[in-house]
Amino acid sequence: MRHTITVRVNGVEERHEVDANQTLLSFLRDTLNLTGAKQGCNEGECGSCMVLLDGKAVNGCLTLAAELDGHEVATIEGLGQAGALHPLQSAFLKHHAVQCGFCTPGVVMTSLALLQENPKPTELQLKTALAGNLCRCTGYRQILDAIQDAAKTMRAQSKRRTA
Amino acid sequence: MLLPRFEYRAARTVGEALTLWAEQPGARFMAGGTDLIAQMRTRRKVSRVVDIKQIPELNQIRESEDGGVAIGAAVALSALCEHPRVRERYPALVECACQVGAYALRNRATLAGNLCNASPAADTAVALLALEAKVVATNMDRSRVIPVEEFFLGPGKSALEEGELVTEIVLPARSAGFQGSYHRQSRRRGMDLASVAVLVAKGGEGAPRYRVGLVSVAPTPLRVRAAEELMEREGPSAIARAAEAARLACSPITDARASAEYRREMVGVLTARGLAALA
Ligand SMILES: Cc1cc2nc3c(=O)[nH]c(=O)nc-3n(C[C@H](O)[C@H](O)[C@H](O)COP(=O)(O)OP(=O)(O)OC[C@H]3O[C@@H](n4cnc5c(N)ncnc54)[C@H](O)[C@@H]3O)c2cc1C
Ligand code: FES
Ligand code: FES
Repeated sequence: MRHTITVRVNGVEERHEVDANQTLLSFLRDTLNLTGAKQGCNEGECGSCMVLLDGKAVNGCLTLAAELDGHEVATIEGLGQAGALHPLQSAFLKHHAVQCGFCTPGVVMTSLALLQENPKPTELQLKTALAGNLCRCTGYRQILDAIQDAAKTMRAQSKRRTA
Repeated sequence: MLLPRFEYRAARTVGEALTLWAEQPGARFMAGGTDLIAQMRTRRKVSRVVDIKQIPELNQIRESEDGGVAIGAAVALSALCEHPRVRERYPALVECACQVGAYALRNRATLAGNLCNASPAADTAVALLALEAKVVATNMDRSRVIPVEEFFLGPGKSALEEGELVTEIVLPARSAGFQGSYHRQSRRRGMDLASVAVLVAKGGEGAPRYRVGLVSVAPTPLRVRAAEELMEREGPSAIARAAEAARLACSPITDARASAEYRREMVGVLTARGLAALA
């Protein structure tokens, strides 16, 4: 069974036919060719498929594409461009929080969702939010430092905007 | 990688959800899908998924007729955990609900889904048992109320009949204010089902009332009334005996998460620890 869905992806309206048994992750990767979100476990355990659905972090592998009609998805591809990186992306580079990079899009999207809800998380709140994102390379320390650094930059930016 | 083939239909009303289920043998309701989608990938054959998330009334948390709180079946656990009234009146439930999976999973997973999946490890089930919650279930002919105490029959088995839709879960006014202390062991701190967990709660007006619930140590989540009665009768001096009552009440198995012996020992340790924390 096919469904026609209209969904905003990174601000662009997309209209596509999807299969009932297609996941959000497969829709992004196989239909839209957005391969930033990764397929790791495909069962909700690793977080490499993390994207934002209406601003909230969700596992792309546990969400159906057919559910997306009328909703909004944000992926790592919409975050920053070369030369104009998002503070999270710059901080990940600065703190060497990326090794193989497989977990990175998921970790960044989870962090983005958290920082939008809570601009100044404690270390524990950060670790709790990231419990569903596995990284096999970094040992997490660099990731945590990068996010706290990015959070600082983002707070300063939003203060400037409101001033 | 695609899932096995099935139809997807989103219902807009409870009536429509029931009809969509009834007209297609092998149909299944879906809330967050965090259990269902994972199960369809490996073992569960489903011909039609009936999505209940777009039914407005199932997305509400409202005051119930008796002054308690009714939680709609499509409310995500993250919304439940952030709800001011639920946080204020039913902290023991929030304590357990915010332990399910991890951050993003709770944006999708629901309380009703956690119940209907009827896992012996369902974290929210102990809180609902301890708070004497009621499940409202509806089919084409009637609506009925099932006390959570009668809901779990065994691993994956509940008192729900085929085609019955849970519409809401009601927390009674008399359970408001119970303070909870949830002690949960798992192989890692996030994203793993409990190997063993104990919820103890204390509340009530006048002489304190106690509640003790266990997870992952019996075919169903368990309430240990013997332990509660000891505490109510004799107070903190009964902690060791209450913990022993909990230890005797469970019937754990050995699996990948822990051995039966370890689980039983930990039930005693965690019950004592929890009761001491509340005393
Ligand atoms: C990676 C991962 C980690 C997890 N960690 C935990 C954990 O730590 N603790 C824990 O307790 N659980 C955990 N779970 C299990 C799961 O997330 C929870 O049980 C969740 O609450 C299920 O809710 P849902 O809305 O996603 O249910 P769904 O998957 O939508 O449904 C679950 C079942 O209930 C049925 N159902 C759903 N809603 C209704 C309804 N209203 N009426 C009748 N039947 C209905 C469905 O048909 C299905 O059989 C985990 C799952 C994953 C994938
Ligand atoms: S691929 Fe979705 S959590 Fe692993
Ligand atoms: S950088 Fe390799 S998995 Fe995280």
